[in-house]
Amino acid sequence: MFDEMWGRDGALRSPYAHFNGWLEGEDPKRLRAKQREAEELFRLTGITFNVYGQAAAEERLIPFDIIPRIISGHEWQKLSRGIEQRVRAINAFLHDIYHRQEIIRAGRIPKEMIARNDAFLPQMIGVSPPGGVYTHIVGIDLVRTGPGEFYVLEDNARTPSGVSYMLENRETMLQMFPELFSQNRVRPVQYYPRDLLRSLAASAPAASSEKPTVAVLTPGIYNSAYFEHAFLADQMGVELVEGHDLRVVEGRVAMRTTKGYRPIDVLYRRVDDDFLDPLNFNPESALGVPGIMDVYRAGRITIANAPGTGIADDKAIYSYMPEIVEFYTGERPLLENVPTWRCSEPEALTYVLDHLDELVVKEVHGSGGYGMLIGPTASKKELKDFRRKLKARPGNYIAQPTLSLSTVPIFTRTGLAPRHVDLRPFVLVSPGGIRITPGGLTRVALKKGSLVVNSSQGGGTKDTWVLED
Amino acid sequence: MLGKTANGLFWMHRYLERAENMARLIETGQRIALTTLGTTEIEWRSVLETAGVAVGYDAQNETVTKDEAVDWMLRAKANPSSVLSCFAAARQNARMVRTAITNEVWEAVNGTYMQAQELLARKVSERDLPQTLNAIRQRTALVRGATHGTVLRNDIYDFTSIGTYLERADNTARILDVKYYVLLPSAMSVGSEVDNVQWETILRSVSARRGFRMEYGSTAGPRDIAQFLILDKRMPRSLAFCARKIRVNMGYLAGNYGHRPPSFGMADHIEKDYLSYDIEAIFDYGLHEFIQKLLELFDELARQIQTDYRFYE
Repeated sequence: MFDEMWGRDGALRSPYAHFNGWLEGEDPKRLRAKQREAEELFRLTGITFNVYGQAAAEERLIPFDIIPRIISGHEWQKLSRGIEQRVRAINAFLHDIYHRQEIIRAGRIPKEMIARNDAFLPQMIGVSPPGGVYTHIVGIDLVRTGPGEFYVLEDNARTPSGVSYMLENRETMLQMFPELFSQNRVRPVQYYPRDLLRSLAASAPAASSEKPTVAVLTPGIYNSAYFEHAFLADQMGVELVEGHDLRVVEGRVAMRTTKGYRPIDVLYRRVDDDFLDPLNFNPESALGVPGIMDVYRAGRITIANAPGTGIADDKAIYSYMPEIVEFYTGERPLLENVPTWRCSEPEALTYVLDHLDELVVKEVHGSGGYGMLIGPTASKKELKDFRRKLKARPGNYIAQPTLSLSTVPIFTRTGLAPRHVDLRPFVLVSPGGIRITPGGLTRVALKKGSLVVNSSQGGGTKDTWVLED
Repeated sequence: MLGKTANGLFWMHRYLERAENMARLIETGQRIALTTLGTTEIEWRSVLETAGVAVGYDAQNETVTKDEAVDWMLRAKANPSSVLSCFAAARQNARMVRTAITNEVWEAVNGTYMQAQELLARKVSERDLPQTLNAIRQRTALVRGATHGTVLRNDIYDFTSIGTYLERADNTARILDVKYYVLLPSAMSVGSEVDNVQWETILRSVSARRGFRMEYGSTAGPRDIAQFLILDKRMPRSLAFCARKIRVNMGYLAGNYGHRPPSFGMADHIEKDYLSYDIEAIFDYGLHEFIQKLLELFDELARQIQTDYRFYE
């Protein structure tokens, strides 16, 4: 097992050198008080998320751990090159898949992977988004198994969330331990909202004015990520709108203000494709804007991310990512994919059924850690039930080996204890280029030995430092 | 600003104001009940009516008891105007307009809600009531202070003020509406024991005892009370004061937007044609009719503001 602070053999790793010096001089009592103070701070600022299936409007805090996760500048440089390559490939893939589909003609991806995929949006065929950007905001989920060994677990190309925690975690650390930031050269993350606004504005339709009007579209206060939607709108100084604030007026999407309807150039939407436009997609949707897709196809609004990007982060497509990266960039992928068995293939299915207790099995369209099986920790009954589900709908699942995820210490009542982590760096894409905020959101499984870091399943978060070497 | 945001600001502050008024009425009821020897049932019924929550109470309860009345006004989830419901609604609206309010205001509102949840988790015993009401008053004062100290004086502040003063005008008018009969000129200027208690109730309900004594002395009668609560432009809970604040803030809005909507004319009309005369004219008009008319006008004004500034689709 690899610990990011203590390595495999208990020798302090260099990114943590300064931090450890500080930690040894700290009174555990003071740290315990700080941990409580942090929780109080989060509760008061209202940084909460809603849990689906719980009583309406119930809000919870995501637990925050005060021990930072530290990455060296050198490690980060390598990672960010790999992330940039991957994000470029994803955008090229999306353009191709909704236009000439060269990758299918070249036989690198089977046709039915696209044509029979629910995440493929026929309404997007032949549509070119303003500035050619499909995924304005991407979150790439990474895990680590050793000093130089990073794997991409998942690409989030629809509406990745969590960036507000990245920002608030840093804000909290700055308030509680200012001295740490004088002693360590930590690369700042606070520019994210400014960069996001610039990036969105740069992606506006060509006919927009110098200062395009940007707005954030939220499903509303009951959405699990509402806090983040409000937070980002606030930080960018733009309006936070809901579907019923918008309508199509004279061929533009416009928001109802106290002075009348005012057109919008760029809509950062945090509403799923299916709910975006009741006229073009789900007719039951009350969250979207009737006719927005027609305005979009006419090139008069930018929707970020573009509709139909889900085809790029689909878990069945994931297994083809190495081919996708190579096909569009002509380079070897810099970031590793986790080996993946596609249960739709008979040989793979046989292997998966034979090794179920060693594997992690995920639903192709699932997210948030719901509906997955972790073989090594599952009970006999769970394995049996899952075997049945797998046989009934093999195409619905992929399987991966259980990786030995790295750990980072968390602060507990009895001192530091190692827990498994992952990392979600946030990437901004505009016609002007790609920008990656140094660090990202570290999620941590608070239960001893657990590999599930999702906040909906009891995970917590940590501040993530990238050091200036 | 989004129409929805104006709506959220307006209602957030109406609910905060309502919570505070509710707490004040409970305090008044408690005080009267402790210092007079009459039947508590009549007193608490009168308090429930003044607060405008008697109908809902009767639907759930057979008789009026002090404990039930206080609980209904303080904590009942079924009562949309209970202190707890008001704070929840204020916070809900604050979440909706999170981008329009400052962090200080949000934290004050959120903190208020969190503390109310704690304080009002269980029935409040008589012994704890004064402290609880005190905490509520302090909390609303904190929100008001944060608003006053940190909010930009633009349309955000205007909708905030308009919501606050419309709710306050409505509250004062309703107190007068329920108690108008004890203020009629036919009542003797010295008044019986019962009258004195009623006058005291009215003044306490609007936190105006000290101000009133300062201005009119301790022997003043019902006519002066009516004058003070309706027409006094210095008294922050009088109808004239509220009407002026509303008109002024609507004037800022009109100036800022370069357009005078119908609602501005209505606010101007209320102030000029109803609250600029002396109290004799009001008694001539009929105190009860006058108050009824004003309640109606404030209500129409609120609805016109919602239309003029596109609160809803």
